[in-house]
Amino acid sequence: MSLSTVAGARLVARKDLRIEQHSRVALAQMLPFGLLVLILFAFALDPSRDVLNRATAGLFWMTVLFTSTLAVQRAFAIEVDDGALDSIRLSGISPASVFLGKVSALVIQLLMLEAVLALGVAILYNTDFGGWAMLFAVTLLSTIGMSAAGATYGVLVSRLRHSSTLLPLLLLPLLAPVLIAATKGSEVALGQEAGQGWSWVALLAVFAISYLILGVVLYRPLLEET
Amino acid sequence: MTTPDPSPSESPRSVPHADLAVELCSAVALLGRFPALAGCDLEVASGEIVLLRGPNGAGKTTVLRVCAGLVPVVEGSAHVLGVDLRLDQSGVRQRVGLVGHSAGLYSDLTVVENAVFFAQASGLTRSDAMEALDRMGVATRLHSVAVHSLSAGQKKRVSFAAMLSRRPELWLLDEPHSGLDESARDDLDALLAAAAGAGATVLMASHELDRAGDVAVRTVDVVGGVTT
Repeated sequence: MSLSTVAGARLVARKDLRIEQHSRVALAQMLPFGLLVLILFAFALDPSRDVLNRATAGLFWMTVLFTSTLAVQRAFAIEVDDGALDSIRLSGISPASVFLGKVSALVIQLLMLEAVLALGVAILYNTDFGGWAMLFAVTLLSTIGMSAAGATYGVLVSRLRHSSTLLPLLLLPLLAPVLIAATKGSEVALGQEAGQGWSWVALLAVFAISYLILGVVLYRPLLEET
Repeated sequence: MTTPDPSPSESPRSVPHADLAVELCSAVALLGRFPALAGCDLEVASGEIVLLRGPNGAGKTTVLRVCAGLVPVVEGSAHVLGVDLRLDQSGVRQRVGLVGHSAGLYSDLTVVENAVFFAQASGLTRSDAMEALDRMGVATRLHSVAVHSLSAGQKKRVSFAAMLSRRPELWLLDEPHSGLDESARDDLDALLAAAAGAGATVLMASHELDRAGDVAVRTVDVVGGVTT
């Protein structure tokens, strides 16, 4: 009996979150890595506090981007390390469910990491947060976009040799538009730049929806061996 | 130079025999550019236990993965459980069980979490998973242990349980006896015999000919990607 797309996605997402609950890789490795990057940026730019303040949004999203690359690598390492991906392919879970489940788990983990990293930004960079509605929309849509693109490329490279070094090479250019839109939107939300912040939110929504559709369509061939 | 006809529907052997669980005819499968199967012929009747034997790299594992619908057949014909794999490679997957070299489990999840996940992924229930663990003799004290903490033999039992919980019609086993102690091997042999008795078909690859040969009703040699 095959599961519905939603039921399959929920099962995959719950499984990934359960694995994180047991292994605590995001908590013990990704989060410290992200905080370390924020601290290093602070050290590098501290002599010019003005530059640090103006670059806060960009530095935050760069840190999120690096951390999300680790999260994507981890999300697919658990599938290939002991051949579990074959078991998934033999199960009744559809490729679209696997994709949506992976994206959901990544979004939840990244949102939690981003919350702590934002706290780090507030303390280290002395940032006053404002424009909460826009900031929330920017964060949510950027995270969905990053997760969807990451899940698509993650499965693509997961079975290749040298996948750990190949993934950032493929993923970072794809996420550059998300990084730019997220940075611009956050700057407007934080009052660091004037402009139409919601137009950046709309652009992020377009990226998120496009990457989600692309992933749902491409996942079947991407899961297959050629 | 003529190119092979890609249309399986025009192949003279494309209609499967109803009593055959596996029917490969001149099947070619590639791993990258390497022809891991180079015109393989194989027939396995429903309810039969067949042993594939051959040297390392002969193509035994590829035969199993082709039958599972995991590796595409690019030439020849391949029917498994009545499904034409050239037309619908994934159509057979839910009906077969594969226990391979890798455990096929999530090492950070516990034994029960793995078994329940794969049962639910196949639309079955937690009780199906628990029943399969029980049938494979996985001790209750191991249920809440993470798979990465298990021995190779214990892992294999859990892999079998995850497969059993899905109630496959065709069992595809790659070195099923490796890593198991004598008692577990006896249990496995009894399980295979019972499965065949209940109508399941078993196709296994093994180097342990003494053990696997006793269980199998027929042996097929695989050398250089072809059956002999």
